[in-house]
Order: sequence, then structure tokens, then C-alpha cells
Amino acid sequence: MKPTDLRFTRTHEWVYVDGDVATIGVSRFAVDQLTDLIVIDLPEVGRKLSEGKSFGEIESVKAVSDLYSPIDGEVIEVNRAVAADVQILAQDPYEKGWLIKAKIADPAQVEKMLDHDAYQKAIAEESH
Amino acid sequence: MNDKAPRLLFEKSRPGRGTDVIPRSDVPDRPLDSLLPASELASNLVPLPELGELDVVRHYTRLSQLNMAIDSHFYPLGSCTMKYNPKRNERLASLPGLASVHPYQDESTLQGILELLYDLQGILGEIAGLDAVSLQPAAGAQGELAALLTAAAYFRDRGEKRTKVLIPDSAHGTNPASAHLAGFDAVTIKSDSRGLVDMADFMSKHDDQTAVFMITNPNTVGRFDPQVVEIARALHDRGSLLYLDGANMNAILGVVRPGDMGVDLMHYNPHKTFSGPHGGGGPGAGPIAVRASLAPYLPAPIVVKRSDGVFALDYDRPKSIGRTRSFFGNVGVLVRAYCYIRAQGPEGLRRIAEHAVLNANYLLALIKEEYPVPFGDRCMHEFVASARGLARDRGIRAFDIAKGLIDRGFHPPTVYFPLIVSEALMIEPTECESRETLEEFARALLEIAAEDPEKLHEAPVTTPVCRPDEVAAARSPILIHPEASRAGIER
Repeated sequence: MKPTDLRFTRTHEWVYVDGDVATIGVSRFAVDQLTDLIVIDLPEVGRKLSEGKSFGEIESVKAVSDLYSPIDGEVIEVNRAVAADVQILAQDPYEKGWLIKAKIADPAQVEKMLDHDAYQKAIAEESH
Repeated sequence: MNDKAPRLLFEKSRPGRGTDVIPRSDVPDRPLDSLLPASELASNLVPLPELGELDVVRHYTRLSQLNMAIDSHFYPLGSCTMKYNPKRNERLASLPGLASVHPYQDESTLQGILELLYDLQGILGEIAGLDAVSLQPAAGAQGELAALLTAAAYFRDRGEKRTKVLIPDSAHGTNPASAHLAGFDAVTIKSDSRGLVDMADFMSKHDDQTAVFMITNPNTVGRFDPQVVEIARALHDRGSLLYLDGANMNAILGVVRPGDMGVDLMHYNPHKTFSGPHGGGGPGAGPIAVRASLAPYLPAPIVVKRSDGVFALDYDRPKSIGRTRSFFGNVGVLVRAYCYIRAQGPEGLRRIAEHAVLNANYLLALIKEEYPVPFGDRCMHEFVASARGLARDRGIRAFDIAKGLIDRGFHPPTVYFPLIVSEALMIEPTECESRETLEEFARALLEIAAEDPEKLHEAPVTTPVCRPDEVAAARSPILIHPEASRAGIER
């Protein structure tokens, strides 16, 4: 997935929309900020997601951080490869490193998210 | 690991070298399998190392010398208030009349220690500007939990159901953990560009469901939040409570009383503020202080002075949340806090806060050109500098700076906390350090900023174990010596 095709949250998750299915991951910026990743906790298929609520955790040598769901919905697929080896996420956050796929409950929520340019601006401010 | 690492006792062991002297048994021998079921017995002999006593003594003495401690090194570990632990406290706390009493003794024989604890309750209440104190919680985080349970009991008794605890994003991680354990939802409040509570975010999240706002003031970036009075008013207008995380009391001791800020309940960390030892994982203490309206719900028992002048443990507290710790908490560390406070007196406590703030500001001024401080160049007892520029321009991260400091004989500051500052270095010198020590530390930091990044990536090089692979250590830790593993000890 090209980063320019994605929508982003201010908490550094990305979403790729295909019909009513959202693929969710975390941005390259977030991965770089976390530095060396140790382990990731992902939800089970069927788990209900709420916008802004945690759906998992990622641990690096620096800290344990929540993963926040960008949307309301339900998990329909989990990237088992990343759950088993989080280095895949470190190497390739936008392709092989996707985290979950979810059925979108409210498409309007995706519309409210940042596009690539707006996200770049937001992280430039953050690292200011 | 390199060849300077001390060998383990397992590796020094030689068969038959043990020096144990076991007296002749005065009961008849019985076979082991007649005493324990086979399922509880190991299949192999445990390979305990065999060494002479002197070898063992040297081994552990050497290990203790490899440690960094406040008695041997400057230890500016931010948020931990690594101040000197006066030896006087240790001597007094080990007096037989204090150290040898037992909680099952009759109260009439415990009058001395009860009076001391009664006085300490009063002193901590006075410093807090609050009405009632429980000394029982066994550590700061347990104090948080006990206080939040006290608040929950208060609301329950009033027939109110409140679900939310508001916590700034700069708070210690124990705050949301305590809120969650106490049955509340932890709601994060953003910090503004000054590092203070973002008032708009606070007002948008504060409603009738707010039970408690947990503030740390001064906060973890070392800023005193003057909005606290306004925050307290907004909370009280809706019947909510203001909690103070007392981790940073060292900055305001004897200068500001939390109760006067509008705080309703708080905890102390005696091992930080009142010079208790940090070492060995405890025992700690986390006394809590509350307003009169919350007093009936405090943990029981409380030390009381009866009208006949006799000190007693009061269990007759029907609204109490009950015990939070067996017996009366960790009395030894409370005795040390009492000795410290009494030795300092009110003027001494104020001087501690003033010197802690002065030391932190002096150190900040010495290093701020190389290590910018995002939330301004004035601070309270600690400050958070950022190595973001060094990381970006030279590849020197906070982590590398911490390791480089070890080679220069300093314990590193706290790194990567709080999370709101990238490449954070959280530095708290405490009031105990001399100007010369602060200057030496600043010189070391400036030297590191100019160091060859490649060299720093190898640091520390002076320690027996150099830079371990932290990712591998966290992902696949080896916790059992191969010798023990072979003998099936992991079972």
C-alpha cells in the first residue's frame, strides 16, 4: 500500500479502505519513534473495536504503547505473521506489517481521518 | 558480555569444596520418599555450587561493589528523588525498642512505637494541609490504590455512581493502573505546549461522571501547574475530588500545602521525600492523607490517642475500606521518615525543597545549550531535557547518553519518560549534591554530546557486562544457568 493512499490518526495508526473492510497498521514514524520492537499484542478475530479505544499493545525497549482503533467495527482478520515476529512490522509497516483487518461500522469516521499530507504536517509539528 | 564479567558461583564450584557444618541429627533418619510423594521429588540432585565460605563472601562483596548506589555515585534518576539516606536513620530504626517489637504484643507494651506512628500521622497531615492520615499502604502505588478505593467508598456511601478518573498524559504509569484496579476508567488529559494541563481538554472531559482528577504537581516535566486551583474549583463544583500524586513533594515541602491547592487526597513516597532507602525492592511505604470528609473510609486500623493518654489501634471504623496491608504496614521505613522529618524540622524541610529546586535549575542552566529543555528553562526539583537534536543530527540517542554516563562514573538519569518528550532525559539531582558534583556531571554530559557516536554506541565499556542485546534479552531471556537447566531445575 502506498502511504499516500492511506488515512492516518494523530496517534499514528493508518487505515486502508477497500469496500467496507479497513486494513489497519501503524506508521513508519511511529515505528521509528518506538525504536527496537520486542513484542506486539493483537486482538482476536471477532473483537469489537471502538474509535479511539485500545485494540492492542506494542512493546519496545523504550515503552509499552497502546494501539488505538481509528474506527468502530469488528476484527475479521489478524496478521499472525506480525504477531509472531514483530520485526516484520519494523521492516515494512505499510505492506507486510499490517496488523488487523476490520469490518467498518461507520465510513464517515474514515473521512474524518488525516490524509497523508495532513499527517506529515502533524508529525512535523510533533517533532518540532 | 566480555571477559571482565565475574564468573558465577556455579562456574567457581569444585566438587567437595563445600564448607557446610551440619550438626548430628538427633532424630532417626527416614527415607525421603516416605516423607514426600514421588511427584514432588526432583529426579536429579540439585547441582548446588560447592565453594569455601571466603570465596562466597568475596563473590558477593565484589558484586555489591559493581553496583551503583547513592552511597557511591551521583544518581540523578528523575522522578525517583535519589537523595542521601542518612545513616542516623538506620541507627535509630535498628534500636531494639523499635526493631524488636512485634505487632502481636499487647498494646500496653507498644506505647512507644504507637506514639511515634501517631505523631507521624499528625506530621504528615500537617505537611499535606489535610485532616486524616493512614500509614498502612506498603508503597506509593499501593497508596494510590488505597486512596482511590477510599474515594470510591466515599462516593458509594453518598449513593453516587462515578466512573471516570482523569489523568494527565505526563503522569506516572501507576496512576492509570491504580484507577483501573480501583474499578474506574482512566481518561487521559493532554498536556499543553507548556507541559501543563491542557485546560480545554480537561474541561471537555470533565463531567458528572468524574470521580477523581489525579494531578502530579509539580509534574514529571518539573513544572508547577498554577492552574491547580482553577482545576480544583471546577472539580469541586461538580462534586469531584482532586488527588495529588505526592511523588514530587520534595519540590514543595514546607513551601506549599497540597490541601491549600485544593487537593482532597494524596499519597507520600517516604523513600523519595523522606530519605527512606530505595534499595532491595522494598519494603516501601505509601502513607495517604485525606480531607475530613474522606476520613471515615481510610484503611483500618488508625493509631489514636485515647482520652486517658493511651495510644491504641482503632479498628472500630465501620465505613473503612478495611486493611490494605497486614499488621500496620512497613513500620521500619516509617520510623526512618519520622527520624528524618524530626531531624529537619519545619525550616529544614523548607530548605530541602528550596535547595532541590536550586540544584535542578543550576544543572539545567549548565547543559541547556546542548540538551534543550522543551518545557522552558526554569524548573522545580527536576527537568526533562531532550536528546532529539543529537539523535537526529549525530545519531546519539538518550539511550547512548545513559550508557556513556556509566563509563564516566554517573548513574544515568531516567530515559524515555515521560512519553510526551521525545528522547527524554529526566534529571533530578536532589538537594544533597554539591555544586562541584553538579558541574562534573554537566561536564560529562557535554563531553558525551561531542563524543564520536560510534564509540558511544559501544558504551559502556568499563563495566563487566557491556551493552547487552536488550531486544534478545526481552524476547528470549535465559533465566536458568545451563548447569541447573541440565539438572532439570526449570521444572
